[in-house]
Amino acid sequence: MNPLLSSLRRPLPLCLLLGVLALAAAVGGLASGPLAIGGGDILGALGLGTPPDPTVSATILQLRLPRVLLGLIVGAALAVSGAAMQGIFRNPLADPGLVGVSSGAALAAVAAIVLGAALGLGAAGRWLLPLASFGGAAITTLLVSRLSRVDGATQPAQMLLVGLAVNAVSGAGIGLLANIASGPALRALTFWMYGSLGRAGWPEIAVTAPVVLLALLLIPLRGRELNALLLGEAEAAHMGVDVERLKRWLVLLVLLAVGGAVALTGIIAFIGLIVPQLIRLWAGPDHRLLLPASALLGGALLTVADTAARTVAAPVELPIGVLTALIGGPFFIALLLRLRGRGETW
Amino acid sequence: MRLAADQVEYTVDGRTLLDRVSLALAPGEVHAVLGRNGAGKSTLLRLLAGDLQPQNGSVTLNGRALMAWTPRARARMRAVLPQSESLRFGFTAAQVVALGRYACPQHRPETERRIVGEALQMAGVGELALRRYPSLSGGERARVQLARVMAQIWEPLGDADTVTDAGGGPRYLLLDEPTASLDLAHQHGCLLQARCFAASGVGVLAVLHDPNLALRYADRVTVLEQGRVIGQGATREVLTRELLERTYGIAIELVHTAGEALPVVVAHPPTSHLSS
Repeated sequence: MNPLLSSLRRPLPLCLLLGVLALAAAVGGLASGPLAIGGGDILGALGLGTPPDPTVSATILQLRLPRVLLGLIVGAALAVSGAAMQGIFRNPLADPGLVGVSSGAALAAVAAIVLGAALGLGAAGRWLLPLASFGGAAITTLLVSRLSRVDGATQPAQMLLVGLAVNAVSGAGIGLLANIASGPALRALTFWMYGSLGRAGWPEIAVTAPVVLLALLLIPLRGRELNALLLGEAEAAHMGVDVERLKRWLVLLVLLAVGGAVALTGIIAFIGLIVPQLIRLWAGPDHRLLLPASALLGGALLTVADTAARTVAAPVELPIGVLTALIGGPFFIALLLRLRGRGETW
Repeated sequence: MRLAADQVEYTVDGRTLLDRVSLALAPGEVHAVLGRNGAGKSTLLRLLAGDLQPQNGSVTLNGRALMAWTPRARARMRAVLPQSESLRFGFTAAQVVALGRYACPQHRPETERRIVGEALQMAGVGELALRRYPSLSGGERARVQLARVMAQIWEPLGDADTVTDAGGGPRYLLLDEPTASLDLAHQHGCLLQARCFAASGVGVLAVLHDPNLALRYADRVTVLEQGRVIGQGATREVLTRELLERTYGIAIELVHTAGEALPVVVAHPPTSHLSS
């Protein structure tokens, strides 16, 4: 192989490249929309040059910057959570969306919106949504990991089936709530089902993003342990990994990342599946590289997808979850076909 | 200074898998565990590895309860080669061996690479270093795993907390049917490596099926029957024809071939259609 290309399999060059990609995606997201904004004005609005026209400045700071930040943070959170779950379960098909964690979080969030006032939970205010969503994620994770254990080992097929059931039940629950909801709550429901980067503004970001960012920073520190875990839980324990503690800790961090992501943007499927697979395909399964690289690529990919979702059919905005599912579905089938009949998992 | 099970009992669903079994593994020796399928060999190994906890009796590592050591300290003193492996992610063989170094004090990258390379060489798969593990054959994988567990306890310990006498800390290697997926030559290769490793001060415990391998490579042997020890001690003294016949329930002959000090164990199945 071309030496330049093969050097891009090494951690530092690859992460630099992906960082540049994420930055480019962010700039693209800030620049494009009904009102095209040039580089000088973007820098100006961010306080790095002469301030532009107030309308331009407001468009950047109040409309596009929160979306771009959400894209980067949520994309990274979903991709890193996917990579971590795949490591914990030693299964490349584990994904917060597929195994039902995202939809469990969404169901809890929707229930909080529709029933929150009636149940007297209004006091939680801005915290209600993220808390409900963390709780929903926690309950589904517990449920899925319990039910997919066969003889003490997590069975991949079993886990996908349990996820299927959880997704169906959560979808039905959200549908039921849609029936009793009215007006604005009803409109909010489509947001939870298909995801959107357009709903959360600065106040929501300020509440939830720090939690997600914390999880994002802590998960990659467990790269070596996750590598050992790929050999098997007993093997990792023989090698000196405190397996139970590691799993508890990682599951908690994934819950925070996914619960926070769902609270901010609703269900966005397949990012957690596609991104880690692409990195593994390119640079191998070493989590010390996989986790940070997935964060960068996930952020870049979701930001690009969001920019496309709001520009391709402007003024209509496509639900971003529809877009990621359109790309992710065929990708998932290709992955299944590739895994079928060979002992290897990329 | 040893890894020892003392009067251990292990019961599952009312079935006694191990009944008051004792075994002491000393640094520098190769100890084979023999017995029929289901005799409790792997259960004994898993108790010594710390995967299972005995209901009665105790397992100690250098005089201290096995589970009282931190996972990391345990991992620096003893490595375990399981019977089967399930790695499906595309690490290279060298990366798999490097995973074994998880608990070891990390040296400079060149030194770590050298250790990984030497471990692969020692296991006879040096040329496979850059191959993707899932693309290897069963026997090649088994040897890469052997390299991984050897790399885990590559060097004698220097830490004050684990060394209680002069001359480096003791290390132990537990091998569960290490020869199961190997061809004849590699079976001997594997146990020769185990012998070399033992000579550098490692206590090696190997669950084996072939008494000939035990006769040739083990200093000591423990023979199990339905969870009980029916023979334990120096290999040549314990593995008599009578004991082997009792163990395997089949007619056995010890044949001395010319020029060989060791007898060869030959089995005579009761209804062999080949015998006339």
